[in-house]
Amino acid sequence: MSEQEKKSKTPLLDELEKGKWPSFVSDLKQLSKKKPSVGQLLDQMEQSYETRVNYWTGTVLNLDGYGGGVIARYSDLGKKLPEVAQFHTIRVIPPSGWHYATDTLRELCDISEKYSAGILQLHGMTGDILMLGSDNKTTFEAGEELMEKGWDIGGSGGALRTLACCVGPARCETSCYDTLETTKRLTDNFISFLHRPELPYKFKFKLSGCPNDCANSIQRSDMPIIGTWRDEIQINKEEVKKFIAEHGEDYVVDNVITRCPTKCITLKKGEMAVDNPNCVRCMQCINVMHKALAPGKDKGVTILLGGKRTLKIGDTMGSVLVPFMKLETEEDMEKLFGLVERIWEFWGENGLEHERVGEFIERVGLATFLDGVGLEPNPQMIKHPRTNPYIKFEEYTAPKMAGEPKGAPNVTDKENEPKESAS
Amino acid sequence: MTTEKKKLAPRDQGAPDYKKNLHPLMVKNYGKWKYYDKIKPGVLKHVAESGDALYTVRAGSPRTLSVDKVRAICDIADKYCQGHLRFTSRANVEFLLAREQDIEPLIKEVRERLGFPIGGTGHSVTNIVHTQGWMHCNLPGTDAVGAVKALMDELYEEFTNERMPARVKISASCCSINCGGQADIAINLQHHHPPTINHGNMQICELPKVVAICPVAAIRPAKVEAKDSLEVVEEKCMYCGACHGQCPSMEIRDPNTDTLSIWVGGKSANTRSGPSFMKLAAWGLPNNPPRWPEVGAAVKKLLTVYKGSAKQYERIGEWIERIGWARFFELTGFEFTKYHIDTFKHARTTFNTSAQVR
Repeated sequence: MSEQEKKSKTPLLDELEKGKWPSFVSDLKQLSKKKPSVGQLLDQMEQSYETRVNYWTGTVLNLDGYGGGVIARYSDLGKKLPEVAQFHTIRVIPPSGWHYATDTLRELCDISEKYSAGILQLHGMTGDILMLGSDNKTTFEAGEELMEKGWDIGGSGGALRTLACCVGPARCETSCYDTLETTKRLTDNFISFLHRPELPYKFKFKLSGCPNDCANSIQRSDMPIIGTWRDEIQINKEEVKKFIAEHGEDYVVDNVITRCPTKCITLKKGEMAVDNPNCVRCMQCINVMHKALAPGKDKGVTILLGGKRTLKIGDTMGSVLVPFMKLETEEDMEKLFGLVERIWEFWGENGLEHERVGEFIERVGLATFLDGVGLEPNPQMIKHPRTNPYIKFEEYTAPKMAGEPKGAPNVTDKENEPKESAS
Repeated sequence: MTTEKKKLAPRDQGAPDYKKNLHPLMVKNYGKWKYYDKIKPGVLKHVAESGDALYTVRAGSPRTLSVDKVRAICDIADKYCQGHLRFTSRANVEFLLAREQDIEPLIKEVRERLGFPIGGTGHSVTNIVHTQGWMHCNLPGTDAVGAVKALMDELYEEFTNERMPARVKISASCCSINCGGQADIAINLQHHHPPTINHGNMQICELPKVVAICPVAAIRPAKVEAKDSLEVVEEKCMYCGACHGQCPSMEIRDPNTDTLSIWVGGKSANTRSGPSFMKLAAWGLPNNPPRWPEVGAAVKKLLTVYKGSAKQYERIGEWIERIGWARFFELTGFEFTKYHIDTFKHARTTFNTSAQVR
């Protein structure tokens, strides 16, 4: 063993400098030369690696006028490691789709280095830019400079959380709506809810441009907004021929025809046809033959509700709330805002503290929830009708929680009904 | 004390303008992309209706980055990418290039200067999403940050190649709240007993909230040495740690007994079989820093079996659905135990209620 290795204060973390994957330990060691707090962060982690005990205590620290966005951490080893006694994270809202100009990133680097430990995480699990390592004083200074430069602070606690979306129309040919713009508009419209905890518990939007759901919205957000279409899959016959010539018919049968969940694709004499009314927009055929096939032209979104991770009732996925709506015009955007407001109003009024909207629906029932927000039931919302006979007919036991019948929110206007296909 | 009024920066400004952050070719061809081609693992070519082509080089990052590392990323993007790049939801950096001939020089510089591997596209094992662990969380029983580094060392060649039957997404979480999320394979921490209550420090918690948060109503008020505290009905407790998040004095972690578990078959995409949740594959792996070798070995074993047995485009969950769980346990060598049988709500819906037995 060399002299240097013997002297290392972090022999366990040093093991994570080995191997081919880039090492955060090596990077942070380098940073610790100008940031003593980073050295002490590694010292604290080393102790955790020895004892398998965590040494961070969480608490609340808010910027003036804000009710969240700073994840405050105090070290239990603060006497021994004073540089990390206060070591907070500031959540910062990123540009939609995590697109950056280098000037933008350099500005973040400068603020991070000036006021905190100079560690950035790109990005946190919700999608925030995470700036680690400011103390009780510099957190405020960093926050002010961030806001001075046009940034805003992310969400935490019982509030709207920072939104996330896929790469969207910026670079993807299957994006069925403008995920980047919708993310920005929703953020800006509801920004007060993001900064002040006014909801029963957290609320997350994730936006995916197509049913491939690259934003993992169904499992990771309370309100997944997923791009889709309601007319016919576009088929480029020339490209179909080319694909078959290149890959062989067996490949198409194995990976496209038999992989279709509703068996709605046929291949006869090299001609591909789709039984569009039975297509569930799963994307498999388009993903495999992405030059030959494309989503339809009459595009919009499917809105689901109630996805979350496991805490308390177990994992829930979002379930369909609005099977299809257009999301192109200013008017469409207003309809979406109106729907969100209705949901928050009903859930906000009747939800229990620390109850996600999916848990709330689980407790009160989807039917009551629909009454509460004024949406009509639709068979697209369920996998199948109930299998038990325990129906609470409203004639005698109208659900009090839902209140008086409400007019339908205009996301279900007749104008949104699918057009007759021109076949 | 100064009476000078503190000047506050503007509030409630909303999200930054994404438009000024987009690569010029993205601005020009916004919503007008036609198709993409794969050049090689980690390198994509997107072609627009205008005929423009935008090249993407995807590189794996450790997510936690010093500002100097981020500046180095910016230097490279300034040199080859007209000053534009993006990050994926799995902490990959995407360098965006207008010129095909810049691809190889950029890759060389990314490898040499950043040490980042190129890959993570198509049917590869892409970068692992993970939680904060001992680096910055108040609740963790393990360190996903380090565990992920060690695991990606093991899976490096699967990141840089596309040789899996379908894409493989992995997540890692540091407690049973599982912030890491659903994935084809998830590494999660498992607690093995009810919380230990620090009755001397209950004044820091709002006791009714702690009672209310328990999903199985196992917590009730109690007087301990004449002071207000709580007690846990141990038969009801399922070690989820919801109370610990609410009240640090309800300590759910135990460095001597916490273990890691491996979950398989989560999928978010609507493709083919639709979204699915992951299921327990193996439990009781030691929480073994600094490199968690048992986790690496189990994941590698699982991937080897999957690669050898699945058909193309079958994600891990779809593959298991086809071959059946009995065969899955046989092939992987993971032991099937009574703990694999669900005991929570709706458990019966997970039983085999047919005579369809292989």
